[in-house]
Amino acid sequence: MTATKRPLFDPPIVRRAVRDAFVKLAPRHMVRNPVMFVVLLGSLATTVVLARQALGGGTGVGFTLQLTLWLWFTVLFANFAEAMAEGRGKAQADTLRASRTQTKARRVERPADRESATLVPATELRLGDTVLCLPGDIIPGDGEVIDGVASVDESAITGESAPVIRESGGDRSAVTGGTKVLSDFIVVRISANPGETFLDRMIALVEGASRQKTPNEIALTILLSGLTIVFLFAVVTLQPFAIYSGTSVSVPVLVALLVCLIPTTIGGLLSAIGIAGMDRMIQQNVIAMSGRAVEAAGDVNTLLLDKTGTITLGNRQAVEFMPVKGVTIPELADRAQLASLPDETPEGRSIVVLAKQQFNLRGRPLGDAPGQEHMAFVPFSAATRMSGVDVGAVQLRKGAADAIAKWVRDGNGQVPSEITPIVEGIARVGGTPLVVAERRDGVTRVLGAIYLKDIVKGGMKERFDRLRAMGIRTVMITGDNPLTAASIAQEAGVDDFLAEAKPEDKMALIKREQAGGKLVAMTGDGTNDAPALAQADVGVAMNSGTQAAKEAGNMIDLDSNPTKLIEVVEIGKQLLMTRGSLTTFSIANDVAKYFAIIPAMFMATYPALKALNIMGLHSSESAILASVIFNALIIIALIPLALRGVRYRPAGAASILRRNLWIYGVGGLLIPFVGIKAIDVALVLLRLV
Amino acid sequence: MTINGWLQIGFYGLCLLLVAKPLGLYLVRVYDGSMRWLGPVERLIYRVSGIDPAEDQHWTRYAGGMLLFSVVSMLFTYLALRLQHILPLNPQQFPAVADRQAFETAASFTTNTNWQSYSGETTMSYFSQMTQLAFHNFISAAVGVACAVGLVRGIARKSAGRLGNFWADTVRGTLYVFLPVSLIGALLLVQQGVIQNFRPYVEVTTLEGAKQVLAMGPAASQVAIKQFGSNGGGFFNMNSAHPFENPTPWSNFIEMFALLAIASGLIWMFGDMVKKRAHGWAVWAASFIIFAGGVATAYWSEARGNPIHAERGIDVVASEVQPGGNMEGKEVRYGIANSALWATATTAASNGSVNAMHDSFTPLAGLVPIVNMQLGEVVFGGVGAGLYGILMMVLLTVFIAGLMVGRTPEYLGKRIQAREVQMVMLYVLVFPAAILTLTAISSVLAPGLAGRNNAGPHGLSEILYAFTSTAANNGSAFAGITGTTYYYNTLLGLNMLIGRFAMIVPMLAVAGFLAEKKVAPESAGTFPVTTPLFVVLLVSVILIVGALTFFPVLSLGPIVEHLLMGAGRLF
Repeated sequence: MTATKRPLFDPPIVRRAVRDAFVKLAPRHMVRNPVMFVVLLGSLATTVVLARQALGGGTGVGFTLQLTLWLWFTVLFANFAEAMAEGRGKAQADTLRASRTQTKARRVERPADRESATLVPATELRLGDTVLCLPGDIIPGDGEVIDGVASVDESAITGESAPVIRESGGDRSAVTGGTKVLSDFIVVRISANPGETFLDRMIALVEGASRQKTPNEIALTILLSGLTIVFLFAVVTLQPFAIYSGTSVSVPVLVALLVCLIPTTIGGLLSAIGIAGMDRMIQQNVIAMSGRAVEAAGDVNTLLLDKTGTITLGNRQAVEFMPVKGVTIPELADRAQLASLPDETPEGRSIVVLAKQQFNLRGRPLGDAPGQEHMAFVPFSAATRMSGVDVGAVQLRKGAADAIAKWVRDGNGQVPSEITPIVEGIARVGGTPLVVAERRDGVTRVLGAIYLKDIVKGGMKERFDRLRAMGIRTVMITGDNPLTAASIAQEAGVDDFLAEAKPEDKMALIKREQAGGKLVAMTGDGTNDAPALAQADVGVAMNSGTQAAKEAGNMIDLDSNPTKLIEVVEIGKQLLMTRGSLTTFSIANDVAKYFAIIPAMFMATYPALKALNIMGLHSSESAILASVIFNALIIIALIPLALRGVRYRPAGAASILRRNLWIYGVGGLLIPFVGIKAIDVALVLLRLV
Repeated sequence: MTINGWLQIGFYGLCLLLVAKPLGLYLVRVYDGSMRWLGPVERLIYRVSGIDPAEDQHWTRYAGGMLLFSVVSMLFTYLALRLQHILPLNPQQFPAVADRQAFETAASFTTNTNWQSYSGETTMSYFSQMTQLAFHNFISAAVGVACAVGLVRGIARKSAGRLGNFWADTVRGTLYVFLPVSLIGALLLVQQGVIQNFRPYVEVTTLEGAKQVLAMGPAASQVAIKQFGSNGGGFFNMNSAHPFENPTPWSNFIEMFALLAIASGLIWMFGDMVKKRAHGWAVWAASFIIFAGGVATAYWSEARGNPIHAERGIDVVASEVQPGGNMEGKEVRYGIANSALWATATTAASNGSVNAMHDSFTPLAGLVPIVNMQLGEVVFGGVGAGLYGILMMVLLTVFIAGLMVGRTPEYLGKRIQAREVQMVMLYVLVFPAAILTLTAISSVLAPGLAGRNNAGPHGLSEILYAFTSTAANNGSAFAGITGTTYYYNTLLGLNMLIGRFAMIVPMLAVAGFLAEKKVAPESAGTFPVTTPLFVVLLVSVILIVGALTFFPVLSLGPIVEHLLMGAGRLF
């Protein structure tokens, strides 16, 4: 799925949201949000009063009418905010649905018997069925490759156009329905019934159809409901106090006061914030299986990061040529360079670069240049696990030690015993050995090894510093020995490392951290990562990973980029900060509203209360209307903030708190004074009061 | 306002500060069970009453014990008051206390409120005073502290789910805290001239030649615990304005100091028990800031006096010969500064003893005690009740503001989730539900209105004050309400029970929930609870939550009265 960048107020989304705002007035939906439900009831009560006033021909109909309209707007604006947040997801779900074409599947009875394939609609496939996928086929459902190797175009899901290899066994066996086979063939055992596939779940998730309130959202809803009840008491008892004071307050005015006081700003935007948080994950190409996971991401104390691909470049770089006895270094460099010339992988490139740096070996023209022997590239394949070139009668190969050893033995050559210590030596310091061999005139021999070194990604140290500032500890997980691990850990600036890690060690580490009250986030792709992914509080599975890993994690990164865990954490934090900031803002707003409405209510009885009218509002009616209008408009004004999230800068809790308190606490205290006064002036100018 | 007045107020604040740590250290040792100097007595009590002090209780059991104990002791008191005429130590031959009044008084003393709708010297026998009221003065204080200690343990403990032993905490609090301090306090007061005897009342001839009956009795022992235990129920009707209860400026200081000393120490104890003394000091600082604000407002308003007096040419300026300001309803030997200070302190704590007539305060100064109580008496507060009250506010603060740092709010490493928020909100809801509803009803019903001494906004203040004082378990009276009616006796009595138990139970639930939680280690991402910023936040949350709840009614009572006074109208 391509996360298209949409403008915040995309016209089609806005149109749909406006319609949904009315649909959401259904009490069944409204009751989920106690604060807005109270506003709805208040609006209904005011409408009844308005109707009676209009029929009775009483005075002040114009005022009640305006009040009623703005109260309804308050409810609608809140619904609109939620609909806007959902709208973005829905638009994306529509794109996904459109891409899900009606596919046919070649069902086979027995995996081995590929000839028995029968064409059936994909919807008829059930768990456990076996299908054959040939080049050009859309894979009909989620499943596991049980036979064959193929390159698969997964751009429909990930948006990444480069094909990926899928093969039976190992960690690259999972395929997703809706993706396309480009070459070779695979036999897939279907692992999900129709309607339960990854694509289906993804559509449901981005649409927000399966959205549940998250724990923190529930807690906040309780707080907001509690405050609403407090204000109910404050407002309802005001009538007897008014009667005591020799006056009475009309129902619409009481409703106006109540609506202004209860936390409608955060109440109206709460669900939008949550949905927008998941939406921001989707923008990052991360599918969160639940809002709970997004929230947990903000709480994470410890990040477990795999070394390879996350902290270091997955691609290693050649740093040294290590020949066997009888071969000189330049000789090995020459052969290695030749074997790597057509190799476009970063490793291959780095070998060419190293050869040039050390021995000034220039690149040779490829292909059939005049005066040069024919040169044919043998690309890397999953089956042979090596690559190389054939130059005339000479064959050069480089690859993993055991793969080359096999090739050498197949060519009746001898694998020299001294290669083993070289290979082991490289491995011991955390490098990857690449063995180079040559077959010339029927003689096959090993030339030596190339030391490929881990390169720490640029900017990682800064990112880890940022995480540390937020109070998050990073732990590097690696299969390397402790010495190597320590050196890379230090270079990368992680807080801790787990060396020679086996899957069970990872699991033990997570449990240990959790026992200490910490929340742990990790990424993983292999089947052996699955238990740890399930145990972690935030488990981000790589989309390239196995089905088991994807099932176990609570988020899936479609880009399969393990570094993204850091963004995931930041989005989680931003989500919680947005909620807290708007809650603070909402409560702080009330102070100004009291100063607007209380004098407005009782100035007629006690003219002395004029002293509380510190904003100098025009009249009782204008003061009450201005407060209600401000209260409604602030919801609209804050929709962009709710959808985007408050600005987030990695920093310690104390400085974030100070900053947000100034903006949303002090700002929330002062802004309504200005806003209500401005609306009051506008109302007078427009002769609405 | 005089420099002398400010110095006295400053000296008082300094004493509160200085006593916090030593007393706190002592309290820590009492409640961890390492204080043993009354070991034999303590063990005897456990043996006789079948308590296993080592039993670590779940919050439900802890709360259950508290409720059971309170119900039973309240019943006993009710019976004792109803049977007063046949019980001993009744030299004045007082009759049985009326049923509604006995109910209200039993509720009042059980809940540490000490709201008195009677005059002690004309209603209560020495037996009732000493075995019932004094007993509750000790026990209700010890129960309050035990509940607070339960909460502190809940916060401090990791993955435990147990709060300690209610019975042992109550026994220890009584034996090691309230008995010794009251003994010392009583001796100091006797030295200052507070009476302590069992004599019948004395009839004397005054200088004018009139006959007057002087009430006697064991006052000093009662006064000491009434102050230390934040009870506030006076031995005499005039409470600490009575010369036999509070004869000198020194006795006045001792009584005021006793009023908040233990609360101050409890905050320190809390900081120590949760292993974060700096946080304890932050809470202390927040308390002190609100307290100082209250004193300053009250003192300023009282010293300014009534502008109407000044307009009519009455000299209200402080000078050598007169204190100036508003001296109505005040004792000359304390003056304005000490009356304002006392009024603030007694309502900051859930004490309710008075040394001046709050009803006669200027409206703004009268607002201070009401607001203090409506904030939940969390400013130092009553013994125990103040601590758990402010901790509820701390939880609320951490929850609202904690989200702003981008984490699920954590308090001292414990995540505050739906269950805790639910209970904190239940706790917060009790005040508006009880105070606003009952005040509203009473402000429109005839029996409610009949109790007022004044009309207009001042009358509303009187009703509001009565329900605020009882719900807050304060017990101080604006003294404008005639409370001896079926209507008020019953409603106020119920209100006291609600204000005590409907708040303690959810509070202990929070304690229980917190006790079960794991503790996450502190990091740079943790919400800071020791910084000045936190103090400001806590103060803001306490003020805003309180203000938002009560601003409408206050604006129709004391606030409008203040504004009208400025315009030359009185009630």
